[in-house]
Amino acid sequence: MSGTATPVGAATPGRADAAALALIDVACRFAAAGKPAYTAVAGISLAVQPGEFVSVVGPTGCGKSTLLNLAAGLLRPSAGSVQVFGSPLHGINARAGYLLQSDTLMPWRTALQNTVVGLEYRGLPKQQIAAQGREWLARVGLAGFGDRYPHQLSGGMRKRVALAQTLALEPDIILMDEPFSALDVQTRQLMENELLALWQARRKAVLFITHDLDEAIALSDRVIVLSAGPASHAVGEFDIDLARPRDVADIRASARFVDLHARIWSCLRDEVLKSYAQQRAAAHG
Amino acid sequence: MVELRALQWSLLAAMLALWHWVTRNPDVAFFFGEPLVVFRRIWTWFTRGDGSLQIGPGRAGWFTLHLPAEIYPHLIVTLSETVIAFVIGAALGTAAGLWLALAPRTGVVLHPYVKAANSMPRVILAPIFATWFGLGIWSKVALAITLVFFVVFFNVYQGVKEVDPGILASSRVMGASRRQLLHTVYLPSALSWLFSSLHNAVGLAFVGAVVGEYLGSARGIGYLILQAEGTFDVNGVFAGIIVLTVFALLLDGMVSFIERRYMIWRPALGETRRL
Ligand SMILES: Nc1ncnc2c1ncn2[C@@H]1O[C@H](COP(=O)(O)OP(=O)(O)O)[C@@H](O)[C@H]1O
Ligand SMILES: [Mg+2]
Repeated sequence: MSGTATPVGAATPGRADAAALALIDVACRFAAAGKPAYTAVAGISLAVQPGEFVSVVGPTGCGKSTLLNLAAGLLRPSAGSVQVFGSPLHGINARAGYLLQSDTLMPWRTALQNTVVGLEYRGLPKQQIAAQGREWLARVGLAGFGDRYPHQLSGGMRKRVALAQTLALEPDIILMDEPFSALDVQTRQLMENELLALWQARRKAVLFITHDLDEAIALSDRVIVLSAGPASHAVGEFDIDLARPRDVADIRASARFVDLHARIWSCLRDEVLKSYAQQRAAAHG
Repeated sequence: MVELRALQWSLLAAMLALWHWVTRNPDVAFFFGEPLVVFRRIWTWFTRGDGSLQIGPGRAGWFTLHLPAEIYPHLIVTLSETVIAFVIGAALGTAAGLWLALAPRTGVVLHPYVKAANSMPRVILAPIFATWFGLGIWSKVALAITLVFFVVFFNVYQGVKEVDPGILASSRVMGASRRQLLHTVYLPSALSWLFSSLHNAVGLAFVGAVVGEYLGSARGIGYLILQAEGTFDVNGVFAGIIVLTVFALLLDGMVSFIERRYMIWRPALGETRRL
């Protein structure tokens, strides 16, 4: 990979047959002062193979973001372990790129400066940084917008910059937390297709979180359904055998999609209803 | 916008006219001064007489400045005190704010002391500073620093504490070291809070300097006002107040100018945006 960034901290080469990312029987508890600890997720095992696109769906508040934070190394599991290419993860996951749910662009940096911030952290030469930054901005369709500040960009453009920022580091594992949930439907479909095209070209391991089942099916090789919290765990796993390359808008009309959707939804619906009932109880209790 | 500006100026004109009109009665004028006399006084201050100002320490100093009118030495003294206190206070406040916010243990230990120090009425320190630093500019600078420091400190502290956790998390996953986090996340975020505190800080530096002069000095606008009060010269007092106000506005304008140059990324100037 000449001319591109090499991941730092990738000293452990890992086994060739190992999953890119494996959560093994992980649990995560949050201690709250004066209250019993809250167990967000418990007994979750999942693996993402190199080049595989896996989505996780589940009701709001079930622990999807917690799962990604564990994979990124931002949280440590209370039980179980996280493995990256076969080696146990300590600290931050240096082989992962993380696109968070919230708007994480630095408002004091232009689009280009935001795109290259990770490359700066790696201490790459200035010219190389600028060249790669422009290349990535162009790849996400923002050539010519490099000098804009985040507040001068639309929500969709900001997400594109964040995507460029994450991908510019060429991570082997891409973690995405409901990246398109704040976008309008048209922008969202455009971004989904662009994401698929970018992924198709490089085939990294992707762990994608969403609460939108359509999105999960349209993008993924595999969809994992999480139960309602507390102690959320996987209640279903579905292989998505739709042909690639896909167009996320067209594919929704195919019979296979409709069939898969019906099967996964019957699994997900119970959890969503449970979660909804809990929220109502909490609101009234 | 142009209409609003026009309205602003007419309001000023109306207030001056009202002032002029009510103070045609000499009994009222005794308490409120007369605008025409006040402005004539300001004019005299800036055009008549001469002033000299000795620069440097000790009785002889390094050299003596000769100035074209009597107000200049006073103005230079007050503005120097303000600017020196502003710069030192802002620098100390920024450093302390960063330090306490980034070293949580130290922060927890020291925070109550900082709060206690801030709730103390600073004016009572003026006589103490006078005995420590003498009646020259340094006792006023010290008083003004005690005012500036805390405003800047609390804003920078807040700025670091309120850094967007999402930006922090994403920077950490991108491999930022502690040092890189400081440079690319904490400092820029604190800087925008710092700028919003500087407007307050420059005003407080001015207040500290003038109050210090008022409580004991031989030079400065505060001293001029004190002199005028001593002789029941209400026009002199108002003239001093107006000169102070104009210069406070000028200093504030300078802060805005610097802010506009360095905060171009901010969506709407003058409005603090949570980062
Ligand atoms: N830092 C934290 N401290 C305490 N509780 C937390 C924390 N982070 C998440 N939680 C709780 O864990 C549960 C799962 O949160 P999250 O992973 O954000 O859900 P999701 O992303 O699926 O909506 C929620 O009930 C939330 O309140
Ligand atoms: Mg979430």
